[in-house]
Amino acid sequence: MPRVVFTPNIQRHVECPAMTVGGRTVREVLDNVFAANPRARSYVLDDQAGLRRHMTVFLDGELISDRIGLSDPVGETSTVYVFQSLSGG
Amino acid sequence: MSETILVSTRKGLFTLERTHGSWRIGAADFLGDNVSLALADPRDGRRYAALDHGHFGVKMHRTTKAGGWEEIATPAYPAKPEGYEELDMWGRPLPWSTVRVWALETGGADEPGTIWCGTIPGGLFRSRDSGNSWEMMRSLWDHPLRRKWMGGGADLPGLHSIIVDPRDSRRVFVAVSTGGIWFTEDGGETWAQRGEGMRADHVPPELTHAPIAQDVHCLVQCPSAPERFWVQHHNGIFVSSDEARTFREIREAGPSVFGFPVRVHPREPDTAWLVPEIKDEKRIPVGGKLVVTRTRDGGRTFETLSRGLPQEHAYDVVYRHALALDKTGNRLALGSTTGGLWVSEDQGDSWSLVSHTLPPVYAVRFA
Repeated sequence: MPRVVFTPNIQRHVECPAMTVGGRTVREVLDNVFAANPRARSYVLDDQAGLRRHMTVFLDGELISDRIGLSDPVGETSTVYVFQSLSGG
Repeated sequence: MSETILVSTRKGLFTLERTHGSWRIGAADFLGDNVSLALADPRDGRRYAALDHGHFGVKMHRTTKAGGWEEIATPAYPAKPEGYEELDMWGRPLPWSTVRVWALETGGADEPGTIWCGTIPGGLFRSRDSGNSWEMMRSLWDHPLRRKWMGGGADLPGLHSIIVDPRDSRRVFVAVSTGGIWFTEDGGETWAQRGEGMRADHVPPELTHAPIAQDVHCLVQCPSAPERFWVQHHNGIFVSSDEARTFREIREAGPSVFGFPVRVHPREPDTAWLVPEIKDEKRIPVGGKLVVTRTRDGGRTFETLSRGLPQEHAYDVVYRHALALDKTGNRLALGSTTGGLWVSEDQGDSWSLVSHTLPPVYAVRFA
């Protein structure tokens, strides 16, 4: 199953340990993470469930292409990195 | 008089307490975090703080009975309808997402637990359960004229002033930068525009007097003379004596008629305070002197109050929520973008510096 790793910066606000969850797209994977950790959801996604403007998601080292729909396909052994971008703050 | 002041800043929430006749900084909460606004609810003693974590978005916090803080629900915009497109004034998709909490007010004394919240990009929210959940005022958001709201100083429209009429909690006035003044008399079921007589110089002539085009910076109501409203506007100062239906303009007010905050005395509708700056494209005090202006005659004349405020190379900007007046009408507090915090015990005649090393101050409020 895919593994999800969160930026250390988010941990100050809400605990987000690395997790192994099911899912075939970034959306499905994150939905499964947030089902287990609902408070984390609004720290990563905006009100329309798109990626927050200054958040980034890498899939096996590559930036995802669909920041709104989060439809990028995730492999069985993929690692999803939820990081903040360097802008803003 | 209130002995506590909440100071919301770029780097935390500071609680000032008055002990033995002098003010000192007591609690410093959320240090390092951007606190856009705070609220003290006199009905139950709870306090609220709106945080903007930047990367991680806006989050609301509330005090607990044990004296700490807990994260509560944040006002969230509804899902955009499928295929719905709405562009902001820059041609970008308007975010249906809370970008900033820009107004926080309690409901009436007869509705404990009711909190109103105004946001950028313009959404108005109400909680009936002390912030455990929020309901968006779709009646205002879906109003056809709402799409004509525009950004003012910020890129996106913002709802910054909320006034619950002391005579009837169902009557609520709000003001938008830019989008003018809006009013409901049925608890938010329906909304209508108010604010004839204001003037916007920065729009095409056919829009100059349109209520929808007005960049209201701050709207206040005199609680004991509730027909009286004061507006600090992008173009100047306006006063209404008919519940914000029509306004007259005040064209002279000491150093300048431009600024952000305005406060009106709780029992004297002709007495108001403002903080002037040069004008819209030069948002600094006139002559490098930070002053407060006060009228006691409904705006016919103004006094310029400077005793205790910096009068040389002062470039302090005082935001719309950063001037506070307590319920007695005697004590004021003033916070600036350069981290200055002053208190006056005599209606602004003289000011005492509490700190000049705070982070940039967004909002000052008596608790």
